[in-house]
Amino acid sequence: MHKKYYVTLLISVSLFVPALVHAQIDSTLFRRAENKDSLNNTMNMDAIYNRPMLSAGKLPVALGGYMEANWQHIGQDGVSQGNQFQFRRFTIFMASTISKRIKFMSELEFENGTKEINIEFAALDMEFHPLLNLRGGIILSPIGAFNQNHDGPKWEFTDRPISATQLLPSTWSNAGFGLYGKHYDDDWMFGYEAYVSGGFDQSIINNEQGKTYLAATKSNTDRFELSLTGQPLFSGKLAARNNRIGEIGISYMGGIYNRYIDNGNVIDEKRTLSVYAVDFNTKIPHIKTFITGEWAWIKLMVPESYTQQYGERQQGGFVDIVQPVLQRKILGWPKASLSLACRLEYVDWNVGKLRETGDNIGEDLWSVVGGLSFRPNSETVLRLNYRHQRSRDFFANPPVLLGGFSFGISTYF
Amino acid sequence: MRKSQIIIGGIIALIVGIQACEKFEPGLPLEDSLLDGPIEGLSLSEMQRFNDGDRTFNNEVFTVEKGLGPLFVSNSCVSCHAGDGKGNPFSTLTRFGQVDETGNQFLHLGGPQLQNRAIPGYQPEVLPMGATFSRFTPPAVTGLGLLEFVPDDVLLQMADPNDLDGDGISGRVNWINIPSYIKPRSGSISQNGRYIGRFGKKASVYDLLQQTVDAFAQDMGISTLYHPIDVYSGQNADPEISTQRVNNVGFYLQTLKAPIPRNQTDSEVIKGKALFTQVNCSSCHQPKLTTGNAPISALAFKDFYPYTDLLLHDMGPGLDDGYTEGIAKTNEWRTPPLWGLGLSPNSQGGKYFLMHDGRATSIEQAIELHGGEAAASRQQYNKLSPTDKAAIIKFLKSL
Repeated sequence: MHKKYYVTLLISVSLFVPALVHAQIDSTLFRRAENKDSLNNTMNMDAIYNRPMLSAGKLPVALGGYMEANWQHIGQDGVSQGNQFQFRRFTIFMASTISKRIKFMSELEFENGTKEINIEFAALDMEFHPLLNLRGGIILSPIGAFNQNHDGPKWEFTDRPISATQLLPSTWSNAGFGLYGKHYDDDWMFGYEAYVSGGFDQSIINNEQGKTYLAATKSNTDRFELSLTGQPLFSGKLAARNNRIGEIGISYMGGIYNRYIDNGNVIDEKRTLSVYAVDFNTKIPHIKTFITGEWAWIKLMVPESYTQQYGERQQGGFVDIVQPVLQRKILGWPKASLSLACRLEYVDWNVGKLRETGDNIGEDLWSVVGGLSFRPNSETVLRLNYRHQRSRDFFANPPVLLGGFSFGISTYF
Repeated sequence: MRKSQIIIGGIIALIVGIQACEKFEPGLPLEDSLLDGPIEGLSLSEMQRFNDGDRTFNNEVFTVEKGLGPLFVSNSCVSCHAGDGKGNPFSTLTRFGQVDETGNQFLHLGGPQLQNRAIPGYQPEVLPMGATFSRFTPPAVTGLGLLEFVPDDVLLQMADPNDLDGDGISGRVNWINIPSYIKPRSGSISQNGRYIGRFGKKASVYDLLQQTVDAFAQDMGISTLYHPIDVYSGQNADPEISTQRVNNVGFYLQTLKAPIPRNQTDSEVIKGKALFTQVNCSSCHQPKLTTGNAPISALAFKDFYPYTDLLLHDMGPGLDDGYTEGIAKTNEWRTPPLWGLGLSPNSQGGKYFLMHDGRATSIEQAIELHGGEAAASRQQYNKLSPTDKAAIIKFLKSL
């Protein structure tokens, strides 16, 4: 609890002290660093900096952020949750160009009110050469695309993809260091990232979800100072982009996840975790259909004498298809747009067969989400979604059906 | 003017839409297709206890930090009883070490239950050399409260240990020693300090509290105030779950509704029901029982239709695993209730795994495995025409 108060106090000071210094300042004096068209000039790895920011006068820090709020009416097998109002995220960016080719960027997130407060990203970037940049701090692992490109206002859906948030598990960050770089060649861009950081822990196979669940490690708040394995997690990505075709990335994240030494004594075998992902995005010319998606495979060692409920293999992914249907002045907003969207998701939490029967293990989920989104500008989105979801238990018994509407707003500020 | 009309229309549509939201959500499955749900007549406070127990039983996964293991069979109640139904061979457990009424000779080697799984860093148990064993597939847990409050004297009246009526069906109660934390129900009958067991494959469990405490200890390795022993080390242990939650799980099991029969007006089902009695299956699988007095008023003096007599019967050498509990012989098994039989595949992964160890993968196979006292009924069933056999199967699936 005390940690929350300190963080809140820190934020308050950082936000309000400049405001007091420039009391009653005319807001038009703030300079806005505009968000660039993400399709033509940048790659997914640039998403961390590809955000609108405001800077005031000679203040060395640029500020920004985004928020997400939802209403939803979801039911499962005839049991409705009724009207739910949620304040999912309030995220603050603080960035600074310390000197030429030295930058600092941070992202502080409050989730579900103040239930979770996380520093999702806080890293120093030093450019030695466009192909050789050093990054250190709390970094976002470059696994898949969503983990680094997760800001709510960029997406047409009220919920984040299940495969991205629970399987991979976005937003996944940890303390670490690494290198990245990019190379441009006409319409082509190539990028790489390679980091070592603190890793996962045994909670991924010992959690209240009752299944292999990488996201369980996120509840370990000590992970930013103490890695119980004493072993680094390696994460890396190679990506290529053609401005006419789109972008594809392949990524890997892996290491030892369990505590095998305690107090100098060996207490368990070393067990490895490997995550592979491929992601892509493209925009079909003329009709402007935007398609993005990612797929991930997870392999890990689970003791044979443990329960098979914690699977050794998982896989899943999503595809988003967004079709703008109206792009013109609407209700006085000159560059407003209305889009139809569809998301297909699939997650298999436990790939394999039951040892006792040879039958396929269930523990899977698929969903279809339809959506209608309205953007008065590129940084604000109103979205109405309908979700239909089927999930099966470990034994592949008849699926549980979940469905309902959600409406949400999200905006950069 | 046009804009304002659109806005007003939009607001009205939004309000109507929100009101209609529930119509677009998945509907409730048919009540008779579900095993989960409370019996009718619970008070508001009883319903709260039911919900508390439901959450622990169906939603809670036990982790190492919450007391799981170090040795265990399962890490949650629901992984053995999905949807409150029968279990899958995955969660079938192994009991070993007792061959007669003198008791379990392998308690010092981990008996009576094999914990075949272990948390990381530990090794699970293996069957000791020379120990006979039996494998038990988890049963459905619905309607158990009704079974609990059938008076002892009713069971004794149904028993015919020496087959005095000469119908080839004997049936006897299992006299068991009960743990010190169990308070016998009022009206309980005892014999030489032993009481009548009625739960478990061998009727070796007295009531649902004992069943709950045993499951926490033996299946999940979780110590309770009732049984403050670590099954791994055999040493005293602090309770790893609150007594209130253990009690609420017991209450949940007591107050789960009985399965609702389906297609009862179907002519083939009606015919199958008559044939079921005609071939004398109903001698052991007693259709109707009645509860006596009960502390939960919704359970008191109720007629219900479980298709069991809760008694032990000789099932022949084919089902004799050489293992037993209480005073039951190794070839004796308690008559399992047949209610909910047709819903078994919904919790067993789309298949049937029947008999005590799931060895039968169809109702027909299960019938064929009936020997001993049930052999005569099996033979009569086999003499029926295919149409009549199909009617019996359809009737059984309607339960």
